[in-house]
Amino acid sequence: MSFLEFLNFHLVPGIVLGSVYAVGAIGITLVFGILRFAHFAHGDMATLGAFIALALVTAGLTPWAALPVAMAAVAVVAIVVDKLFYDYLKARPKIMTVMASLGVALMLRAVVQVVFGVDPRTYATGIVRPDDYFGILLRDRELYTLAAVVLIVIGLTLFLRHSRWGKAMRAMSDNPDLARLSGVDNRKVTMLTWAIVGALCAASGFMLGINNELHSMMGWQVLLPMFAAAILGGVGRVEGAVLGGLIVGIAEEMSIFILPAQYKAATAFVLLLLILLVRPRGLLNGKVL
Amino acid sequence: MDLLGLANYAVFMAILIGIYALLALGLNIQWGFTGLFNAGIAGFFAIGAYASAILTSLPASGRLGGYELPLVVGWLASMVAAAAIAWPIGKICLRFRSDYLAIATIGIAEIIRLVIRTEGWLTGGVRGVTGIPRPFGDLDYMPSQVAYLAIVATLVLIAYLLVERQVKAPWGRMMRAIRDNELAAAAMGKQVEARRLQAFVFGSALMGLAGALFVHFNRSVTPEAIDPMIATFLIWIMLILGGSGNNRGAILGAAVIWIIWSVSELLTDRLPTEVAVQAKYARVFIIGLTLQLVLRFRPEGILPERQAGSPPHR
Repeated sequence: MSFLEFLNFHLVPGIVLGSVYAVGAIGITLVFGILRFAHFAHGDMATLGAFIALALVTAGLTPWAALPVAMAAVAVVAIVVDKLFYDYLKARPKIMTVMASLGVALMLRAVVQVVFGVDPRTYATGIVRPDDYFGILLRDRELYTLAAVVLIVIGLTLFLRHSRWGKAMRAMSDNPDLARLSGVDNRKVTMLTWAIVGALCAASGFMLGINNELHSMMGWQVLLPMFAAAILGGVGRVEGAVLGGLIVGIAEEMSIFILPAQYKAATAFVLLLLILLVRPRGLLNGKVL
Repeated sequence: MDLLGLANYAVFMAILIGIYALLALGLNIQWGFTGLFNAGIAGFFAIGAYASAILTSLPASGRLGGYELPLVVGWLASMVAAAAIAWPIGKICLRFRSDYLAIATIGIAEIIRLVIRTEGWLTGGVRGVTGIPRPFGDLDYMPSQVAYLAIVATLVLIAYLLVERQVKAPWGRMMRAIRDNELAAAAMGKQVEARRLQAFVFGSALMGLAGALFVHFNRSVTPEAIDPMIATFLIWIMLILGGSGNNRGAILGAAVIWIIWSVSELLTDRLPTEVAVQAKYARVFIIGLTLQLVLRFRPEGILPERQAGSPPHR
């Protein structure tokens, strides 16, 4: 296999997949870090976002124009889900919220299955030929995906570093009691976190859908890689989630060199167990709950 | 439906309730008494199912198995196999909060599903394993069903008595101490991780046994027979609704939820085909919603844990 073949058939798809995982993993790491529980409805929230975008595309929008609308819609859904199903569990052990989120995952998926059916769908039909950039083959949608991920990561990093509310979020992640003492309104921060997480879910679901196809199990199937990415990078660390996402995505595409192709989905699990065994704080020193 | 048909249906339901009761008891050891979140119940169930199926089934070309070993060997093997998978997972994940165990068990269930589908030489792939013997299977339909029900009921009773005994023993008090206040228990010199691992492995072994009972009842097993998410989730609802930390609650929850689930299936099957598919998924939605309602309005379940104490930790 030539170097270019390796690049085009393994590394580039790995990076595209990895950056989609990264967007999902950022959401997981924010919930894990700030609200302190593993959010199992994350994947199915992404599915919902992908299908909301599909409804908009069917109504006449272009896919990339549908993305921001779907992000806003799922942001609202995430806030509502929190108010209805998670918020009242605040005072109970966090694992109860984990369980509630598993129930929400099932409910969101059922909604998608009832409304959109269970057959695979796509945003656009037809085969898109990739363009040649100095030997590297890239489709437009892959370029846009990478660009969108870079924009999201830069925007979120700036927001968390410099804005008032971003600092409040980080404060709550570091020490919720101390944050409350310093006048941070935990309720508002929680709401803001869910809005961001919902939007990120929709984005990851959409990008997963546009680079492949949409089906009702798509989100559940990427939940494990996204969790692996978040823990690999270090829980609570946005840069960590990006790094973890890329590693998991590339590792999945590379796994076919050592594993039969059917076991691609096992890669994330192996990485997860390895990092828990060797360095549970993650590569970039996150939290261990 | 005539009376005989009704009786047949009741026995059929009772057998499945017994199998689910075993699963709920297994989960009760893990969650109810120890606070461990196992989100991969279907995986341990499947391991037990295939372990016993391979060891006891008739020979077939193209896959391992056909050893035609006695049933008891198959059932013991199903427990050993499930425990053997649970041990390393628990060893790695139980050092952390239960969230990590939940993630890892989702992963292991997924991988078990992949292996079952892919490794045809071992599991028969998508065709599955057939020719699995059933105790008293050569009797007429009704006596054979009743005999199987007796076997399942006996095993549930034994499991119930053993678990009850353990829970009332010092071991049970220690487990609750660990669940409710890990630091205090550790300060008293209790080996928190080792005890949790014990509970996780025992619970998984019971789940494996339930899997074995399920395949011998059906006489065959295919990958489609076990829907990972729904199987896992139903058991959770059974335990939470019945009352986690209470073994009778676990069995009661298994009966209540299984009856609701199957009767609703009978109802949706009568709908016209256009809406039948949607109704199928609407049922899943309602199961998810039921969990939320129980968590909100009756978190202790129908039969709460008997001793006064705080709700499960972690």
